[in-house]
Amino acid sequence: MSQKSNSVARLLLEARAFLALIVIVAVFSWLSPNYFTVSNFLVMASHVAIYGILAIGMLLVILTGGIDLSVGSVLAFCGVMAGAMMQGIELGTSVYYMPVWGVVVLTLAIGGLIGAVNGVLVAFFRVPAFVATLGVMYVARGLGLLQTNGLTYNNLAGKPELGNTGFDWLGFNRVEGVPISVVVLVVLAVIFAVTLARSAFGRWLYATGGNARAADLSGVPVTFVLLTVYTLSGILAAVAGLVLSSQLTSAGPTAGNSYELTAIAAVVVGGAALSGGRGTVQGTMLGAFVIGFLADGLVIVGVSPYWQTVFTGAVIVLAVLMNSLGNGSARGR
Amino acid sequence: MTQDVVLAARNVAKSYGAVNALKGVNFDIHRGQVTTLFGENGAGKSTLMKILSGVIQPTSGEIILDGQAITFDNASHARARGISIIHQELSLAPNLSVRDNIFMGREIRGPMGVDFAEETRQAQALMAELEQDIDPATPVGALRLGQQQIVEIARALSVDSRILIMDEPTSALSASEVEVLFKVIRDLTAKGVSIVYISHHLEEALQITHHAVVLRDGTMTAYAPRAEIDLNWIVRNMVGENYDLGSPPEVTFGAEALTVEGLTLPGAGFNLVDNLSLSVRKGEIVCIYGLMGAGRTELLETIAGRLRPSAGRILLEGAEMGALSIAERIETGLALVPEDRQRDGLVQTMSVGQNLSLASILSFTRGLFTSRRAEAAIIDSSIKRVTVKTSGPAAPIGSLSGGNQQKVVIGKMMATNPRVLLLDEPSRGIDIGAKAEVFRLLAEGARQGLAVVYSTSEVGECLSIAHRIIVMRKGRIVAEFGPETTKEEIMAASGEAKAA
Repeated sequence: MSQKSNSVARLLLEARAFLALIVIVAVFSWLSPNYFTVSNFLVMASHVAIYGILAIGMLLVILTGGIDLSVGSVLAFCGVMAGAMMQGIELGTSVYYMPVWGVVVLTLAIGGLIGAVNGVLVAFFRVPAFVATLGVMYVARGLGLLQTNGLTYNNLAGKPELGNTGFDWLGFNRVEGVPISVVVLVVLAVIFAVTLARSAFGRWLYATGGNARAADLSGVPVTFVLLTVYTLSGILAAVAGLVLSSQLTSAGPTAGNSYELTAIAAVVVGGAALSGGRGTVQGTMLGAFVIGFLADGLVIVGVSPYWQTVFTGAVIVLAVLMNSLGNGSARGR
Repeated sequence: MTQDVVLAARNVAKSYGAVNALKGVNFDIHRGQVTTLFGENGAGKSTLMKILSGVIQPTSGEIILDGQAITFDNASHARARGISIIHQELSLAPNLSVRDNIFMGREIRGPMGVDFAEETRQAQALMAELEQDIDPATPVGALRLGQQQIVEIARALSVDSRILIMDEPTSALSASEVEVLFKVIRDLTAKGVSIVYISHHLEEALQITHHAVVLRDGTMTAYAPRAEIDLNWIVRNMVGENYDLGSPPEVTFGAEALTVEGLTLPGAGFNLVDNLSLSVRKGEIVCIYGLMGAGRTELLETIAGRLRPSAGRILLEGAEMGALSIAERIETGLALVPEDRQRDGLVQTMSVGQNLSLASILSFTRGLFTSRRAEAAIIDSSIKRVTVKTSGPAAPIGSLSGGNQQKVVIGKMMATNPRVLLLDEPSRGIDIGAKAEVFRLLAEGARQGLAVVYSTSEVGECLSIAHRIIVMRKGRIVAEFGPETTKEEIMAASGEAKAA
């Protein structure tokens, strides 16, 4: 193979997630006249927002060579807790209604706390990330069911006389026509993209995932890095939980089931290595949009939901396959 | 003479893309004799051996076995023809026992599946031949590196090969273990087995070899029977000029830089570092010599903060270091260049530049973000200071040769502006040219007031730039010498059997 066609092949590999997205958009636009419209893109983007926010947290964890299986459950538990707080907290005989900003802050703190439990297990007790977060996944799901007795909190809009309206703002409002959830996703993506590329913490993260021992001996605070990424992943799961329950104005303990797998898929399709040390927020965002736009497109053209699952799986395997081919040709000398 | 040649390479060339790893090499292996292949890293030694053992195929040229041209399809094809190879990197499964590793892929079958009793018996016989007291049921992961290398050798011996290629078989062996290996090699050659031997340890190789072949930049630069050559001949042909590992730089020592008092690191049943005290002054270069397991690595890693001592004090220019983390020690000016650069030194997923700047990120962080310009300046000056040969800071770290990778690890720690630099076996697995450059760097640092402590398992390296040579044995300092000592004195103090 000549040098030139080689570099073209390399470029195709690197831009594969982007090309896949273009292909998906082109195919569905051709199949359905409703697909290629601004309003549809905004609706699809607001669906992607949930996965996308989880995927950012997942990327941070995967970059350190770990995995966080608990995010789906944490999302549900945080949503439920937010719902419980919106419904009012019984203090003795009276019921206390918290303002919405207080609910949001406390929910984020709960997510961070659960994430920190993951972090402590992985960083201090050396429990393999897969096992630690698998356990926390079950615990968080169980706590959510216990909290609601298996039921769903409905009607979280709040009441003006109680001063706690506005919970649906996250899920329903728009800025210049763009849903708030999409704005949140974009802001978070930009913050973490810059953090990874330009801050010392970002570099520590890549070094920890690339070779934790070498990073440790180079003075990288590996334990702190691990604790922080799992905590951030928990907080981002709480953000996703708030967005989801706000979109639905209800919070159920079974929400977000298997969302952790979708988040992992987005990270992997976005070109990150599960072994750690490789991956970007930009790639992960592309991955999330590929999966989200594909799923919504199949719904719009009326493909059976069973086929949707098959297509999503095929895309994931194809992406990883290209990943290993790409890495193989880069390393094979 | 020709009928003595069992395997020969004729005009063998191998290229990877635009890189010519081998440029038409002729190489003979004589029946029942040892042929040693000398050459720097990247000279093409391993490539040639991989071709001869069928692991890779040459781009052009031919292989002649017993006078007939032959093409090996793969390694097992070559193994079936009696050619086996001990690779430089250990290829053992650490979770399996010694016995299972030796017979991996060639299990002895009985009527009831694998005949474990017979395998155990043969493994015991091999261990006895190698004079090792290793139970074949021990998991390989529980053995120290030297013993693992013995297992690797035993595995090669368990196949009755006519030609045995050994790529750096002694890099982790102690002097007494090397003696045993040499005895085995002599027995094998007496039985008519031909050996190809590769080693960076030139003096050692000269003891055993019958023929010497020198490679440089993919071409054969010299060939001679053992009787006609000496160490200088090899070195001259390897690097193309006379070399010198340097002499202690003329420095007036400053104040005490590093002080270690009564340092103790407990191990299983005994102390890995045993009540050890040491003091190094500014501008001084101290060499720590000792056998494998003497406690050198443990001492250096304890000082650097990776291991926690049970007793003792570590002072940097009078300031207590004991409670500080690795990161805080680096910031105060105490840096360690670890022994195993692949495992502890480099982040393989990062570029040359990112590896170089990894330990000094905070020095180019402005507020929340890193300053690209400040980072580029640090990387540039590091590349120049440690003379890394690379296509640029963005090149992947894996694209560098072993010697240049080592320089990156050293450069990374130098970039933190240390006052005391600890180096654990800085010359391990790198060629003479790179070694000389590493030592030149250390001497240069000492001239500017850096206190340097390096460990080595090659006596020759003690007698280069070190002002003081410390011999460790069982976690203690057993002797201390000035630069005018002899190799014999150092080796006797370390408890090493006198080399033949």
